[in-house]
Amino acid sequence: MDNGCFSSPRRDFPAGLRVLVVDDDPTWLKILEKMLKKCNYEVTTCCLARHALNLLRERKDGYDIVISDVNMPDMDGFKLLEHVGLEMDLPVIMMSVDGETSRVMKGVQHGACDYLLKPIRMKELRNIWQHVFRKRIHEAKEFESFESFESMMRNGSELSDEGNLFAVEDVTSTKKRKDADNKHDDKECMDPSSTKKARVVWSVDLHQKFVKAVNQIGFDKVGPKKILDLMNVPWLTRENVASHLQKYRLYLIRIQKENDRRSSSSGMKHSDFPSKDLGSFGFQNPVNKQQNDVSTDSYNYSDGSLQLPTVENKSHEGDKGSVSQFTIAKKGRPLTGNVSDSNMRESSRVGLNQTFAQSEGNHAVFDCSMPTQYSWTEVPPMQLKEEHKSLVHLKDSFNQMPLHGKQHHIQVDQSQSVASISSAPSITEEEVPACIEAKPLFSDFKNDQSSSVNSIGNAVDTFPIQPGSLVMNAQSLEPISTTNSGLKTHGYNNLSCISDLEIYQRNLLLGGEAASAPLDEDLHFQWLQGECYNMNFGLQNIGMPEYYDPGLIPEAPIHLYDSGDYSVIDQGLFIA
Amino acid sequence: MDKIHSLRQVAAIKHSLFEQGYLDEQFIQLEELQDDANPNFVEEIVTLYYRDSSRLITNLDQTLERNPLDFNKLDTIMHQFKGSSSSIGAKKVKAECTLFREYCRARNGEGCRRSFQQMKKEYATLRKKLETYFQMARQAGPKETAFRPK
Repeated sequence: MDNGCFSSPRRDFPAGLRVLVVDDDPTWLKILEKMLKKCNYEVTTCCLARHALNLLRERKDGYDIVISDVNMPDMDGFKLLEHVGLEMDLPVIMMSVDGETSRVMKGVQHGACDYLLKPIRMKELRNIWQHVFRKRIHEAKEFESFESFESMMRNGSELSDEGNLFAVEDVTSTKKRKDADNKHDDKECMDPSSTKKARVVWSVDLHQKFVKAVNQIGFDKVGPKKILDLMNVPWLTRENVASHLQKYRLYLIRIQKENDRRSSSSGMKHSDFPSKDLGSFGFQNPVNKQQNDVSTDSYNYSDGSLQLPTVENKSHEGDKGSVSQFTIAKKGRPLTGNVSDSNMRESSRVGLNQTFAQSEGNHAVFDCSMPTQYSWTEVPPMQLKEEHKSLVHLKDSFNQMPLHGKQHHIQVDQSQSVASISSAPSITEEEVPACIEAKPLFSDFKNDQSSSVNSIGNAVDTFPIQPGSLVMNAQSLEPISTTNSGLKTHGYNNLSCISDLEIYQRNLLLGGEAASAPLDEDLHFQWLQGECYNMNFGLQNIGMPEYYDPGLIPEAPIHLYDSGDYSVIDQGLFIA
Repeated sequence: MDKIHSLRQVAAIKHSLFEQGYLDEQFIQLEELQDDANPNFVEEIVTLYYRDSSRLITNLDQTLERNPLDFNKLDTIMHQFKGSSSSIGAKKVKAECTLFREYCRARNGEGCRRSFQQMKKEYATLRKKLETYFQMARQAGPKETAFRPK
């Protein structure tokens, strides 16, 4: 058994790599199957994307990598890509006969680890194992950060952790922080035998075994020895398990707290946010920036114009923490990005809610016209956390804004929180595509702008902004926008919800990766995005220009979003 | 000797297919994939291609009869067809597909129809030539070495 940074079950890696090929073209399917077999890979072929998803879900650990065509009749390849990335966090390679830069870019944005052009040569397929390998290394490192993060959490209070959270998050996500780096350096994955204390790298696989064992024994009866026996990992010692168990317990407690907090805080503290939000928001932004190096400038709403109470909420700290925890804990995945855990979702949700709430209170409606300078695509996949916060805040504000869009289902797969933004209680851990009930709100909104303002409160609920989905932006910007073009959130424009939405989106975008909730076809979130962002953000395909109708904006002092400056927010829209 | 003569003929046919631009490198890739486990791999693939492409051609025919023309749909179908053709290295057919798609994007119905006719011609020609090729190859018997054009 590999004692290195990841547990590779096969000694002759990459031989035996389990590949799932998805392509509606039967000719190519057969060719690829043959080519992959010649590379000594284990191949499973599939001609329907849905079928492929089922296969993947059935055997969560059954495949190492997925290769998929971009154009498929039953589901867009990019959607499949997102789903896989979010739910299973497997590396996905896209293929197409179309090699246009924009397509390739879209693929990368959605998280593809490679994009192959047909006709595909066998030599290109031979090296696909590198993507699997790379991911494992990263996961191992994430796990490491997770552990360090955990200890940070343990050491400080929630509040103080906030800073840490960011730090840790940054570390995990960007691996730029020195501290984190140091930790990483300690465990040079590539050199398993070099660590002086022979530290165990808790890889995703290993952790999953651990969790399985714990669940089998029963959490209350669990003990390191029992776990060790069940795990049946020869090189693991009782001490390793004991320390990991300790961390795991703390992590669970934290999650629990987060959940509690989230449910109770949905509507909370927006009021004080305004002033603080800015700060916090700004805070977040920087973090985001770090993470993604994205033009967080666009986020300058945190400058004060956008009083997103992003950071204010404690919950968001919690969220952040939990988010990061989640992400790490669950799979050691980098925070940015694929929040595949439901936990992540929650956290993200919370955060989002918070921000929403905030925005609502404080700012004026963000004018959809806000120049999105945020080039969504550039939005750094912020850690979900960020989003959570903003989302949370927004939530409140959203409540006021009836986001009407018909589809409010922003499927919050991951971000249940999003859905639950308005209804804290609804925040659940599972991946419930939260169809934001905003529907009714939205429709109202649409019809009556003014009233919509009032209903913002509710809107939040329906703000189907899933942290995940929102976040998607980094990768799924496109899908989001496209899918939701149909959303008609006319009213939206005027509402602060828009701004919220933006914030939300922004957050999401920032955290995009993290929050990339499995986008469903009806990622209604898009509409949100589409509405607001379409106008301004460089979202491509946000096709809701028609929605944005400045004229629609009622008395709400809208605002204009300056390019990327949410100063309008403060103008007033005090909806509600 | 008969066998050698046949093999030479087969090689000649193949060579001309490449020379005249009907096939490209992908076809060679397919041949390289052929092995003991799949001794008729190339022919199987080509047969699959025929089936798939026939279906797509029918689809295209029907879609081109509509009025007004649904260019997006045409483009989508042709995209599939192009992908399929790339699988066996059908070079000329692929080129015609690209041209067709350009006409689609330009919303040029007449151009599309012309291009489609041309593409069908290329497709028919290729199919015929390949059938001859495979027939000869079968007659010639198993080849010891793969002949490479050029």
